[in-house]
Amino acid sequence: MLFTSYEFLAFLAVVFLLYYILPKKLQWVTLLVASYAFYALAGVEYLAFIAVTTVSSFIATILMGRVSARENSYLEQNRAGLSKDEIKAYREKAKGRRFLILCLALLLNFGILAVLKYTAFAVVNINSWLHTFGAEGQLTVPSLILPLGISFYTFQTMGYLIDAYRGKAEIERNPFKLALFVSFFPQLIQGPISRFKDLGAQLTSPHAFERRNFTYGLQRILWGYFKKLVVADRVLVAINTMIDAPESYGGFYVFLLIILYSVQIYADFTGGIDITIGIAEALGIRLTENFNRPFSSRSTKEYWNRWHITMGSWFTDYIFYPLSVCRPMAKLTKGCRKIFGKNIGKRIPVYLATVITWFLTGLWHGAGWNFIVWGLLNCLIILVSRELEPLYAKFEKKFPRLHASYAYGVFMSVRTFLLMGLIRSLDCYRDVPLTFRMWGSMFTQFNIFEALGGGIEALGLGLADYIIIALGCVVMLAVSKAGKEISVRERLYDRPVLSWLCFGALFVAIILFGAYSVGYDASQFIYNQF
Amino acid sequence: MERLIEILQELHDDVDFYAEQGLVDDGVLDSLDIVAIVTEIDSEFGVRIPPEEIVPENFNSAEALWALISRLDEV
Repeated sequence: MLFTSYEFLAFLAVVFLLYYILPKKLQWVTLLVASYAFYALAGVEYLAFIAVTTVSSFIATILMGRVSARENSYLEQNRAGLSKDEIKAYREKAKGRRFLILCLALLLNFGILAVLKYTAFAVVNINSWLHTFGAEGQLTVPSLILPLGISFYTFQTMGYLIDAYRGKAEIERNPFKLALFVSFFPQLIQGPISRFKDLGAQLTSPHAFERRNFTYGLQRILWGYFKKLVVADRVLVAINTMIDAPESYGGFYVFLLIILYSVQIYADFTGGIDITIGIAEALGIRLTENFNRPFSSRSTKEYWNRWHITMGSWFTDYIFYPLSVCRPMAKLTKGCRKIFGKNIGKRIPVYLATVITWFLTGLWHGAGWNFIVWGLLNCLIILVSRELEPLYAKFEKKFPRLHASYAYGVFMSVRTFLLMGLIRSLDCYRDVPLTFRMWGSMFTQFNIFEALGGGIEALGLGLADYIIIALGCVVMLAVSKAGKEISVRERLYDRPVLSWLCFGALFVAIILFGAYSVGYDASQFIYNQF
Repeated sequence: MERLIEILQELHDDVDFYAEQGLVDDGVLDSLDIVAIVTEIDSEFGVRIPPEEIVPENFNSAEALWALISRLDEV
C-alpha cells in the first residue's frame, strides 16, 4: 500500500478517526494495530521478520536491565566492604555481561539484514571471481525476500538497543509498546530513523485532538503529495528515458540527468518525509526532521548535516565514534604516531574510521558496487576538503570581501549541488564503469544545441511538463527560503483566508498537474527500496 | 585546562575556546574534530573517553570537556 494510493488515504482516514474517538488509553493500541495492518498489507510474510527484531530486542534489553539491577543491588549492599578497585572490577564484569547480550542481539538482527539484503550480491561477486580465475562451477544466486523497510526498522531498533546498553534510553518493559516503536507505520518504510528517547514515550502517551496540530499535519501531507506527484513523478519520465538508453544520451544529457535526478530525489524523498512527519503531526506526535534546506549547503560536510540527517547521525553515533575511539584504534593511533610522526599519525586512524563508515553508508543504501563507490566518493571529497581547509582559510584571509559576498555563497552552493548530483548519478546508471564513461562523455560529446533542437522533447516530456517542473522548483525554493526561520504554515495560521487560498491552490495543482495523480500508484518512493 | 585549550587551538586557532559555549551546536567542531580531540586527550592525559560520552553537552565548551576529563579520571 503506497502512500500515493487511494487505499492509503482511506486507511489514514480510518486511523485518524479511531485514534481520536476511541478512549485515549487505546490510542497507542490503535497505532500498533494500524502499523501491523499496514505492514501485513505489504506482505504477510514480512511480519515474521519484524516480529523477530522486536522480540529479540525486547528480550535483550530486559536481560541487560536485569544485569544492571543485580549490579546496583549488589553494590548497594556490599559497597562498604569493597575497595575502589574491586568496585571497578565488578562494574567491568557486569558491563561485559551486558555487552555480550548486546552483541548477540546485534549479530542476530544485522545478520538477518545482511543475509536477506546482501547474499545475492555476494554470490554474484563470488561467481565473477570464480569465472576470472577459470573455475567452471558457479554458485546459484538465491532469490530471497526483502521485507519492506528492513534497513530502516533494523537501524532504528538497533539504535535503541545500543542506547539501552549505554544507559541513554529507558528500557521498555511492555513488548507491545516496543513493537509500536519498531513498526510505527508512517516512518516504517523510509524513516526518519528515530531515537527511542525522542519517540518512545510520545507514541504511547495520550494525545488530545488539537486543531492546530491536525491542520499543520494535513497541510504538510498535502505539501508532500505536491512534491511527489507534481514534481518527482513527472521528472521520473525523462530520467527513465535517459538511463534506459545511456548510449543515446551522453554529453549534455548526462548534465541534464544530474540536474533532473537531483530535483527528483529531493522532491521524492523530502516529499515522502513531509507526508510521514505530517501524519505523525496530525496524531500529535513530533518526529525528528530529516532535512534542513540541503541544497543551500556550501560544502559536502554541510550537505551531510542537512540531508537525511537521521541516517547521518545514526552512522556517526553508532559506527563512526565507537570505531574511532575503540581500543584497537587507540593502539593504531599510537603506532602510527611512532612511525609517521604526530601530524600524519593522528590522521590515519580517524581517516580509516571515516572510510569504513562511508563504505557502510554506501552499502546500507543498497547491495551494489555503485552504492559502495558512491559512499567512498563522498568520503574522498570530505577528507580532501578537510586537508584543503588551511588553503581555504588563506583564501578567506586574502579576499575577505569576496568570501563574505552573496555571489560567492551562491557559487559555493551551486558547486556543492553539482558535485553531489554528479556522484549521485551512480544511483541512476547502477553500473560503475558505465557511470564513469557517461561522466567522460560530458567532456567529449557536450552538445547543448542538439538537446535544445528538439532532443529534450524526445525524453517523454512536453513543453508544458518542463514548465510545470520549473514552476514546481520555484515554489519549492520559495517555500524553503520563506520557511528558513518560521515555517510557512505558522506564517499562514493566523491568516485563514490566505491559508485556504494557498493550500487550496496546492490541492488543485495536485489534482490538475499530479503526474498520474493520487491513486494511480505512479511510482514507489525512491527510499522505499533502501 | 591550559593544555586542553592548546589541543583545541591546534585544531581551530581562530576560536576563543575560553568564551565559546556552543562548539558542537554552532558547528565549530565536527565529528572528525571530536575524534581528534578524544585521541589527543587519551594521549596527553591518559583518559579514555568512551563513545557514550561523545554527546554535544560534553563538547560544547572547553569547561564542559574539562569537567568530563576530570570525572572520567576519578572513576
